[in-house]
Amino acid sequence: MATETTTIFSPELAARFDKLVTQYPVRRSALIPMLLYAQDEVGYLSPAVIAEVAVRVGIKESDVLSVLSYYSLLRTKPAGKFNVQVCTNICCMLRGGNELFEHCKKRLGVGNKGVTPDGVFSLEEVECIGACSWAPAVQINYDFHENLTPESMDSLLEDYRAKAGK
Amino acid sequence: MADVTFTVDGKKLTAPAGTLLIDACRAAGIEIPAFCYYPGLSLQAACRMCVVRVEKMPKLQTACTTAVTEGMVVSTETDETKQARKATIELLLGNHPLDCPVCDAGGECELQDMTFKYGAHESKYVETKQHREEQKWSPVVYFDRPRCILCYRCVRVCGEGMDVWALGVENRGVTSVIAPNEKDHLDCEECGMCIDICPVGALTSGTYRYKTRPWEMNHVGTVCTHCGDGCKTTLGVRPTDDGVEIIRGDNRDKSGINGDFLCIKGRYAFDFANHKDRLTKPLIRQADGKLAPVSWEQALDFAAKKLGEIRDSRGGNAIGVIGSNRTTNEETYLLQKFARTILRTNNVDHHRTADYAAFAAALKGHAGREASLRDFLSARAILLLGNDPTNQHPALAWQVRTNVRHNRARIYVANHAEVKLRRQAKAAVDLPADAYASFVEYLAGKDGGFEANDTSAAFRDAIRQEESLLVAFGSEFRGRDILVLVDFGLSLPNTKFACLGDYANSRGAADMGLLPDLLPGYVPVTAAAHFAEEYGSALPTQPGLDLVQMLDAAGRGDLSALYVVGSNPATRYGIDPSALKNTFLIVQDMFLTETAALADVVFPAANLYEKTGTVTNTYGDLQLVKKAADKSGVRTDFEIIVRLADKLGADPKQLVPFGKGVRADFGQTRGAQSGEADRHAVWLAANHLEPKLSPFDPFAILDEIQRLVPAYDVPRLNLLTGNDEHLKSELVQIDASADRRDLVLPSNDLLYTSGTLGRYSAKLTEVVESHTILMKPAEAAAD
Repeated sequence: MATETTTIFSPELAARFDKLVTQYPVRRSALIPMLLYAQDEVGYLSPAVIAEVAVRVGIKESDVLSVLSYYSLLRTKPAGKFNVQVCTNICCMLRGGNELFEHCKKRLGVGNKGVTPDGVFSLEEVECIGACSWAPAVQINYDFHENLTPESMDSLLEDYRAKAGK
Repeated sequence: MADVTFTVDGKKLTAPAGTLLIDACRAAGIEIPAFCYYPGLSLQAACRMCVVRVEKMPKLQTACTTAVTEGMVVSTETDETKQARKATIELLLGNHPLDCPVCDAGGECELQDMTFKYGAHESKYVETKQHREEQKWSPVVYFDRPRCILCYRCVRVCGEGMDVWALGVENRGVTSVIAPNEKDHLDCEECGMCIDICPVGALTSGTYRYKTRPWEMNHVGTVCTHCGDGCKTTLGVRPTDDGVEIIRGDNRDKSGINGDFLCIKGRYAFDFANHKDRLTKPLIRQADGKLAPVSWEQALDFAAKKLGEIRDSRGGNAIGVIGSNRTTNEETYLLQKFARTILRTNNVDHHRTADYAAFAAALKGHAGREASLRDFLSARAILLLGNDPTNQHPALAWQVRTNVRHNRARIYVANHAEVKLRRQAKAAVDLPADAYASFVEYLAGKDGGFEANDTSAAFRDAIRQEESLLVAFGSEFRGRDILVLVDFGLSLPNTKFACLGDYANSRGAADMGLLPDLLPGYVPVTAAAHFAEEYGSALPTQPGLDLVQMLDAAGRGDLSALYVVGSNPATRYGIDPSALKNTFLIVQDMFLTETAALADVVFPAANLYEKTGTVTNTYGDLQLVKKAADKSGVRTDFEIIVRLADKLGADPKQLVPFGKGVRADFGQTRGAQSGEADRHAVWLAANHLEPKLSPFDPFAILDEIQRLVPAYDVPRLNLLTGNDEHLKSELVQIDASADRRDLVLPSNDLLYTSGTLGRYSAKLTEVVESHTILMKPAEAAAD
């Protein structure tokens, strides 16, 4: 909404949202992309995010909640800086996805949807991420990592931990 | 669209192209089961019950989303579809508690019926059922999660139908759940549409839950007693120790002018009838100044004796009569006849909430110009001037919203407040509260009076380009303003009008001559010849005192008696109690209202749900009211007036010409079986009509009304079958040039208030209290 004066988003994102709601025949269609972008910036969909998105789209907060609760990609609790999403669907499972997930649990010391105490990693078991040809696969934030073994997973996590400080 | 021909179960059918298969089949008598499909709402295709086999299509198709096409060949009941439906039900029952024996919906549950039909009584599931406690979402809406089959009907009717959007579905898959908008409760209009539309017992009503089973009630179709829309409602009633109580109100059969719509008042606010303060014995003021219960005989004797003395010693002009907005046409008519022929006074009035007389004068001679409530469902364009239908005329708002959704009707709103219907409006104009009249002149092309801008100019152009227009106006318009508005409307090609007044029979009160200067049908009292002829006695020809003048006269000591029927002027007009101390006051009401508390005699009266007769809604739709409930001790206003007349020495047969039998229903409505008096009595009793023509038979008065008031001379067959019949408003005999005093006092009732009835409705009070943070009820409304 162009008239929005106070926003919890960065000026760039706010400007992007102003444009987004005008790009669809129905304002409501901007809801899902808006939630995704907001989640990328804020880290999760906090009550403040939901409230502002509702105003921007012109629907009720309960409507926003109905939509976002449908999508597993959208979350209402903070994730770690790096969200490790391990696929355990059939191809990954056959190639050791479950073992990989168990390994991550032990390694990070958290369960499914847990966040490490330092806030660097969060772990999530997910459905197919479309990387079956290179199973088992893991998605960390928006990056794919394929043909993993527990050993290569360890070094991958080390790399990310090293990046965390920066 | 062009018709197409297709085959269903070997039957050749024809329907317009684009018709949904499920609708086409139902129209041809082929029932296709469905949970999520609901006519008039958007398509969901969630329940998979309506699957059918369509030749040349790879999989089973949902009949609720498949449009019929030329040459389509469909099978609706094959082993394949039966198996598919059975599997669907098995899934639905996976977590369903099957607590039918205690569930409100038991006996009228669609899931129960389908399970019975498709026999999915054995389940392959062995998992433990997940139980969740029932939740109270509002005083009137309760949610039982395990019973829910996620058909989305409630979500859609609340959003699309009511434009409230208070319900949604959260989560996905097996964790999906219907969720209210405020986490654990609802912030909504409390209409209860979601409860009635629920195919199972997941949403239950705060008034009805766990009280009875559907088959233990009698169901009576009658008319709601609250606002001026006159919605048809089906009351579920059950005998009690002291009469018959109403347990439920709904209109699930979609009969009548409102379809399946009812607002909170129609659906829940009938409980005033069982309020503990309800009067059931006549009261007379004793020597010690207190009201004490007496027998009917004593009360009638006393009231008649005093009235007779005053009439004979001081003349009829010393007596005033104030009628009700909530009694039937017959009672209202009878009251003015009683006043004019027996009390011999024209001091007759009622609490006016719209200027129907001016409206009648403006429409005189213009046939077919008054809109029925039905017209709002199909009109191409609607202009709304003033009023807030969502709050004051919920059924009108429902019709308008539905029309916009189904037919893309164009709505134009001009008023001084932010009303909810503006969301559906194509264009809206903000007016200053005092600028309605000048705005109409502006619309008519007279610039200058109204401060115009681009918005109003575009608004005016759009309206004047409409090929047909329906104009609904609120009590902001009175007297000459109505005439100007109607004149403007008539200058456009096809315009119909609706004058919005407030109570169930406000229109009837005006039409039936509860006015000091006008007889029934708006005939001036100065031209009462044919009335005198019919009544067999001379009528006073001088206009009487209006309500305000009567109260002033009482204060001066010039009014010796005042007879108030179903009205509460003490609060409504803020009367100082001492002003009535020298006036002999008779009040008949359900409760000891502020006015009744000042009375010398109080008669306990029946309400509109406890009597038979007709009422006229504010649009001029005449409907039959049928007796549903009963309360021992009380009597109908009709009976009280007749008995009072009898005690005054009048001939009841002259007051109520019963037994003349000229137009009475002697069984014509039964067609081939007519002419057999005994079976006619059975039929009348079965339809809750008076089984004999007695002095208390409202139909004897309806006969007389139809003889004397041409606008009401409409075919009766339709009425008797429970449908509405629109008045012939062009036939009123009003003198259009007469200048009349403006006495319109809007009731200011909103969605959760309904005058005195609202105050005595425990459910409405509870809802109002639960909403105190959200909205303030109107000022202590009376009447």
